[in-house]
Amino acid sequence: MVFLLMLCVTGLPLIFAHEIDHWLHDVEAPELSGDVGPASVDAILADARSRRPGDAVQFLVAEPEEPDLWYVRMGTSPLSSDMSAFYTYDARTGEFLYDYPLGRGFMDVMLRLHVDMYAGLPGTLFLGAMGVLLLVSIVSGAVLYAPFMRKLPFGRVRRSRSVRVKWLDVHNLLGIVTLVWLFVVSLTGVINTLSIPIFGQWQSTELAEMTAPYLHEEPVSGYGSVDAVLDTIDETAPEKALSFLAFPGNDFASPGHYVAFMQGTTALSSKLLTPILIDAGSAAFVETRDLPWYVQTLLLSQPLHFGDYGGMPMKLLWALLDILAIVVLGSGVYLWLKARNVGFESWLGRVEESRQTALASRSVTE
Amino acid sequence: MNARRHRSAVQVWRMPVILGASTAVGLAAALLADGAGDVISWLALGVPAIVAIAYALKNDD
Repeated sequence: MVFLLMLCVTGLPLIFAHEIDHWLHDVEAPELSGDVGPASVDAILADARSRRPGDAVQFLVAEPEEPDLWYVRMGTSPLSSDMSAFYTYDARTGEFLYDYPLGRGFMDVMLRLHVDMYAGLPGTLFLGAMGVLLLVSIVSGAVLYAPFMRKLPFGRVRRSRSVRVKWLDVHNLLGIVTLVWLFVVSLTGVINTLSIPIFGQWQSTELAEMTAPYLHEEPVSGYGSVDAVLDTIDETAPEKALSFLAFPGNDFASPGHYVAFMQGTTALSSKLLTPILIDAGSAAFVETRDLPWYVQTLLLSQPLHFGDYGGMPMKLLWALLDILAIVVLGSGVYLWLKARNVGFESWLGRVEESRQTALASRSVTE
Repeated sequence: MNARRHRSAVQVWRMPVILGASTAVGLAAALLADGAGDVISWLALGVPAIVAIAYALKNDD
């Protein structure tokens, strides 16, 4: 219960993570007069590599809402598990704009507590298990709702009765009203905790299958131009937008391939990704394949958990429903403690009673 | 107490089902369409939020 309350509380500021980020770190593309660019991505990557000579580029990231920015994610190796820098560049001039401070600040603490409690994958999976418990308690709460409400009209809060009755009514009211929302947010949260195993499954089956025919080939000596890779992407999927490009050697690519993850441009398809395999040496198109259902499920679970797919009014409603959920959980804890207390007292009473009768029977026999 | 008679399952579950359906519509609309879908989402998700607050603050006892 404590963990569930912690998830709801840390989740509240995270709803506005994007806005808080923009406010704390001014990463807007500067105003430019006239049409400039686009800048060479190869030059941008060369600049990023010169800033951290020992490191490797893992991903080139794009954001459809920020068409004038490129983000470069670097790590101490091409593998995806570690991130050493996250740079922002102007996509028109190629100018270096920002070095995102990693692992620092209030929002980072909120995110880590919410995602893994600083315990990595085991922490994430533990919170996933907590989420499953929340789903179970939501269902049991819904089952208990009917017997409680058989004598009360909907939403009745008996204020004149004891504090416990008042909070029971508030718990029932807010619990039943937020039921579907909290169930969906919990379920999609649990699915999100499985993102590493889910992507791992895709990497070891479908991605491995796609790249298997090329494994016997000589490793590419020099990587070709990323600008050429981006041109290939535009020709292959002109109706889609790049979400991120995984670099050769990364878990999301292969030693000899780039993999471009493309998103659609409609409301629903923009949440889904299609991988395109591109030869690292020649920048030629190799293959594209839809992601399997379990990755698509994960991708659709993300917006439904974050509440970031309907603008600011949706975020405000998400925050409001989250606050109501905090009241439901808090009152649930209170009622549970109260019920145990009462049980404990009556248990004490029974103990005292049996002691008295024992004493009385002894005095009779004496 | 005037609520001596038991309420039927339909009476007990009418509001929860309406609110649950409204929430579901709200969650789905913005995912399926931009623009109008977003507006439908705001209205549909606003229903449970407003009902919760209105009843929680109502002085009926």
